[in-house]
Amino acid sequence: MKKPKRLKITETLGFLTLRLCMACVAMILIVIFYDIITKGAGVISWDFLTKPPVDGMTKGGIFPAIVGTFFTTIITALLSVPLGMGCAIYLNEYAKDDGLTRFIRMSIRNLSGVPSIVYGLFGVALFVEACHFGTSILAAGSTLGLMTLPLTITASEEALKTVPRAYREGSLALGATKWQAIWTNVLPYAVPGMLTGTILGLSRAAGETAPILFTGAAFFLPDIPNSILSQFMALPYHLYIMSTQHHNIELVRPIAYGTALVLIVLIFSMNLMAIIIRYHLRKKGIAHG
Amino acid sequence: MIKPFITRKHQEKLIEWFFFLNGIVVVAILAGIFMLLLMNAIPAFREVSIAHFLSKPIWNPDAYDQPTYGLLPMLVSSLMVTVGSLVVAIPLGIGTAAYLSDVASPRVREIAKPAVEILAGIPSVVVGFLGIVLVGPVISKLTGTYNGLNALNGSILLAVMALPTIISLSEDALTSVPRSYEEASLALGASRWQTVILVKIPAAASGILAACMLGMGRAIGETMTVLMATGNAAEFPHSFLGPVKTMTSTIAIELGEVAYYTTHFYMLFAVGLILFIITFIINLISDIIFHKHTRLQ
Repeated sequence: MKKPKRLKITETLGFLTLRLCMACVAMILIVIFYDIITKGAGVISWDFLTKPPVDGMTKGGIFPAIVGTFFTTIITALLSVPLGMGCAIYLNEYAKDDGLTRFIRMSIRNLSGVPSIVYGLFGVALFVEACHFGTSILAAGSTLGLMTLPLTITASEEALKTVPRAYREGSLALGATKWQAIWTNVLPYAVPGMLTGTILGLSRAAGETAPILFTGAAFFLPDIPNSILSQFMALPYHLYIMSTQHHNIELVRPIAYGTALVLIVLIFSMNLMAIIIRYHLRKKGIAHG
Repeated sequence: MIKPFITRKHQEKLIEWFFFLNGIVVVAILAGIFMLLLMNAIPAFREVSIAHFLSKPIWNPDAYDQPTYGLLPMLVSSLMVTVGSLVVAIPLGIGTAAYLSDVASPRVREIAKPAVEILAGIPSVVVGFLGIVLVGPVISKLTGTYNGLNALNGSILLAVMALPTIISLSEDALTSVPRSYEEASLALGASRWQTVILVKIPAAASGILAACMLGMGRAIGETMTVLMATGNAAEFPHSFLGPVKTMTSTIAIELGEVAYYTTHFYMLFAVGLILFIITFIINLISDIIFHKHTRLQ
């Protein structure tokens, strides 16, 4: 019985290789977090979070960047949430399974593959120039809004799919119109799930840099923006500036680490919020109804 | 009975039209991106011929006497870092996916799958930053290059960016292989390892291929990581240890410096158009492969 033994060895070695692959991916994740947390945590203080940068951005905090990212994300949400939910409702409730629907779905998948810098070019041509928004929170937020649209649509449709057919049919059987059935018997159950996906999409937008490079992000502003047509500082852009464009990169490295940590914490607390919403839904037994 | 101004039926039709228009918006955006890129790229070719753009091996828009706008150096740079990243990300990604679908215990999977999602959620600017402060110095020490900002660094970072896509989509493909395949293989006396390698991965091949294509699309369009970690030298790339300037970083750097509505400005849109077309084709191919895959099941 020589063969089975050799098989056993190959199997052990093979599975070991697969385990090593997983270990390698886990290591990447651990190294990223370890480096940023250990070197960034020391920089974080109340002043760092609530004061603007001073002395040629070599000291002080990142308050304007936090505020800028916050406002931009709100504009992003205002554009991508209603559009995304509407599109998902069309696809899941109204659309027939025909060529046009397949074409729309193909467009969505392609939109999600368009490089972020191309969205940046599009934002410059459409929002900054053609719409005369100038480089502003409005232009940058709108660009990011279009960029997150595919994510919002896909997530919203997932949420709509989890609502059982019987909910719609029960309502229709009682004489409700299609829209009444959707409004009273589908959306109330789907909206929280849609929200989860939407927040995940927004967290992606909050971390994006390339689309806002030319649509509104500013190198340095002493004050927080006072209208949606003003330029703004943003956390991801600030990190880019602090690690490549600043005149004394070595000196400001701790600030860069601090910015990276704040950005990561912001994004993962948004993700956590989404996960908590999803968890509560599952407990209520709706998400998998 | 007075007939209402808008009957129920009309109201329903209106609502349906509203959502239909909403659905069409996506198509309009995709077409709009293409049209705007094209409209802004066309003026560039009034002064510079398309042949010049596609064949000149130099990109030097600021040359004093005769600016040259050759796409080749940045196209080759983009392809270099993308291929470099896939050499790392494809085996590592498929290995991890196979581990998650066939080796890991349910409890490990419960932890590892969100971990992959977390990796996907790390912003590219943070990955680029780590390329400067972590990967760069290591490369510099190992190879003796000045600061380790080169194509190799970019490839490593892009691999990190492409991994989550490749892992989660390959894992989906592997878990969607019917259980009967696996059971038949085991019943015939194959070991679990043989089943994974000789039955499951081939059965999921088209899904895995689609995942790798999508990962490639991600890598070639990535901007911040390559912008920060590849050194951005405007020369024809000659090795993985030399600095390169990809299509994405060229746009990201030069659109900030260029005067609007000049040939150089329009040229950057032309580069964007090429980038859009490349990623569009990659996505389309992966879409076709993927749909063949799902139809077979």
